[in-house]
Amino acid sequence: MREFDLVIIGGGPAGMAAAIAAKKQGIDDLVIFERGDELGGILNQCIHNGFGLHTFKEELTGPEYAERYSDQVKELGIPYELGTMVLDMTEDKQISIISRSRGAETVKAKAVVLAMGCRERPRGALGIAGFRPQGVYTAGTAQKLVNCEGVIPGKEVVILGSGDIGLIMARRMTLEGAKVRAVVELMPYSSGLKRNIVQCLDDYGIPLMLSHTVIDIKGKRRLEGVWVAAVDEKNTPIKGTEEYFPCDTLLLSCGLIPENELSKSAGIELSPLTSGPTVDESLETNIEGVFACGNVLHVHDLVDFVSEEAVRAGENAAEYIKGKPSSTGVPVAVKPADGVRYTVPSRLYAESAADSVHIRFRVTGVFKNSAIVVSCGERELFRKRGRIFVPSEMQDIIIKKDKLSELDGDIEVRIEEAAK
Amino acid sequence: MYDVAVIGAGSSGCAIARELSRYKLAVCVIDRESDVCEGTTKANSAIVHAGFDAVTGSLKARLNVRGSTMMPELSRKLDFAYKQNGALVLCFDKEQTAGLEELCERGRRNGVEGVRIITGDEARELEPALTDEVVAALYAPTSGIVCPFEMTLAFAENALANGAEFRLSTCVNGIDKTDGGYTLRTSSGDIQTRVVVNAAGVYADKLHAMVSAEPMKITPRRGEYMLLDKEAGGLVTHTVFQQPTRMGKGILVTPTVHGNLLLGPTAEDIDDKENTATTRSGTAEVRAKAQLSVKGIPFGKVITGFTGLRAVGDTHDFIIRECSDAKGFIDCAGIESPGLTSAPAIGEYVRDIVTGILSPEKKPDFIDERRGIVHFAALTEEERNELIKRDPAYGTVVCRCETVTEGEIRDAIDRPLGAVTLDGVKRRTRAGMGRCQAGFCSPTTIALIAEKLGIGLLDVKKNGVYEKEAADNA
Repeated sequence: MREFDLVIIGGGPAGMAAAIAAKKQGIDDLVIFERGDELGGILNQCIHNGFGLHTFKEELTGPEYAERYSDQVKELGIPYELGTMVLDMTEDKQISIISRSRGAETVKAKAVVLAMGCRERPRGALGIAGFRPQGVYTAGTAQKLVNCEGVIPGKEVVILGSGDIGLIMARRMTLEGAKVRAVVELMPYSSGLKRNIVQCLDDYGIPLMLSHTVIDIKGKRRLEGVWVAAVDEKNTPIKGTEEYFPCDTLLLSCGLIPENELSKSAGIELSPLTSGPTVDESLETNIEGVFACGNVLHVHDLVDFVSEEAVRAGENAAEYIKGKPSSTGVPVAVKPADGVRYTVPSRLYAESAADSVHIRFRVTGVFKNSAIVVSCGERELFRKRGRIFVPSEMQDIIIKKDKLSELDGDIEVRIEEAAK
Repeated sequence: MYDVAVIGAGSSGCAIARELSRYKLAVCVIDRESDVCEGTTKANSAIVHAGFDAVTGSLKARLNVRGSTMMPELSRKLDFAYKQNGALVLCFDKEQTAGLEELCERGRRNGVEGVRIITGDEARELEPALTDEVVAALYAPTSGIVCPFEMTLAFAENALANGAEFRLSTCVNGIDKTDGGYTLRTSSGDIQTRVVVNAAGVYADKLHAMVSAEPMKITPRRGEYMLLDKEAGGLVTHTVFQQPTRMGKGILVTPTVHGNLLLGPTAEDIDDKENTATTRSGTAEVRAKAQLSVKGIPFGKVITGFTGLRAVGDTHDFIIRECSDAKGFIDCAGIESPGLTSAPAIGEYVRDIVTGILSPEKKPDFIDERRGIVHFAALTEEERNELIKRDPAYGTVVCRCETVTEGEIRDAIDRPLGAVTLDGVKRRTRAGMGRCQAGFCSPTTIALIAEKLGIGLLDVKKNGVYEKEAADNA
């Protein structure tokens, strides 16, 4: 049985950054298992630009951003095995893999970094009524077909959900000659980044229909059209607002789900709020020596934040391998309160924490002129005002360790709205 | 000139073809779709009913119990997924336990083994997730679950191996009587045959009317379902029915043979034989009624919804007989529930009618076993290694949710009567049937089908090739 100090599951942006960070910390006995035929993960199909503004202070395409990291992986001599699927993992870090070249085998790891990414919410999970014809795709599947396979799935498009991939695909389909009739969003706000709404919809005159949804899908074999209706505050379609859009393609961009089936098989505790593992401030899961980062942990909007998070996971995994005792002391819970949907981490060991602690979260709605407040009981640990907080943007706050001494209860993160 | 043309490649048609392929007969199976298993057979509860439902003495009762009895051995011989998981029929009202007794008695009369009444508490002991409202239950240990796709494909492939022909993407638009039998006017030319078996599901009445003046009406009864992630599959281990009440026929909660949780169906008689759309109201009904039986159904784990059409006849029994005014034309119609369970027995029953007409000789070399596609996910590491060594395509996982390898998909496409659509691959291998619903694997599967068929990626269809307009114009 092959044994490694560190196994990194997934060779996308998270896995690569974690591997590079661990290698730089002196971990040489490591490997990346990647199921695809090349490193880079989903970035390889994201041929639009806008990646790397934070990390490299320049605008890169997805494949370019991935290449910056895969070049480093190669330069540093980090072993990676492509076309390698991890099928199972146990609590004691035995990992079953298969590949064409090596067949089926089980390997053992001292530490593991989970970096498997996420998947798209499919049509069936949305419960849209109607037929199940050809022509309904998740936005990412369509992106793969268009950008990697070179085929355009249709000519007349409606997009349900205004997630970033949906917005990007509205522009892509338009550039490829299709007519995008509308982007339909159930919520009263978009779940995509503002810059994508401007650059992908507004610039092409594509209407964004907020508080609307698709209520029926027509066409038994091939998609013929969709019925769209406005929804009330309970997201129930409003009678009389129905509008028919003839189309041959419906793209779905209705949310991403961290892909943690493997984590579950290993007994890793998952958060019902993020669908990712619960972790402490070192990104360690409830299983010692298993760390998580990137979209498998919680869904990010910017890859730059994925890379940054993965560096921390890689460094902490290296520390663990080198024998640094795992988190010490008694953890306090980090909990989302008013206006906050989740927090990563969800527990914090103040005693063994690094000099500063990141808390990442998303807000539950649009908040203007409000403040992010982190507190422990009556004690305020952090406060930051902001002009606007929106659910589409992950918040990242950093709290200095000295603020975290002698915590006597749970930490709460909340949004304090401006007095009206 | 065929001896027998079977119209309809669903579970009945394919089971019949397999039974007929035991004889020295030229048999062909015709279907309008590009694959077998595209009609009622692909969207139902996937239950092997024990046989307590059908009226004693009816053809339904007889074929149900026979089919259910045949299933364990058949599933081994033909290599399809089947499991005897037992069933419970729940009673929610003390005043209605008499009805349950009646059902139990009927089961005994029909020859169902082991049926008995248990208390609500005993039922909850068997199924801890049952609601507190359950006051009693009928327990039927011989009830089972089956993969309808695998079963039908197994019949079809085995029939093919024994010489039956399949003429798919072929729609029968008219039937003429001839001296020696019948001429089928199809979308791909005329087909001559001595005997016709009409196993056309919801369209059986239309085909019947092409040759016979006897009245027959098949009403499509729409049933909506919800399918949940395998994570929810362990919520119940038995198939959980509800006793029919004045509120209407109940719906079931059951594990599938592949470990998902299935809820449904609704029951709504409609006119449109093509209307397999799901509806908001149907979904709501399934949700509401399922919760009467079982606590804690995680509706957030729904991965898809679908609608099937049962072919309901006007006699409330299966209609399987030679038409009195059309000799050699055998109806196999009104095959509603428990049609799937009965399929193997329907095969025998129709075989006997046909051999009665044609008196054929038995084949000495009939092959009665068939191997299905390898189920990679179920193999040990050793077995996996051996397979990958033999064919490296088994070392690439294409469908990550269901762990389906390229080797399995290639087999599904390459084997005789292979898949030509995405849904065809899905039914044969489960690629695309998991929680991401083909989001990740479909581009690869499309490429593999396109390569095999020598067509463009965009020409690969999700499902059948039949175009309604073409048939209407014909």
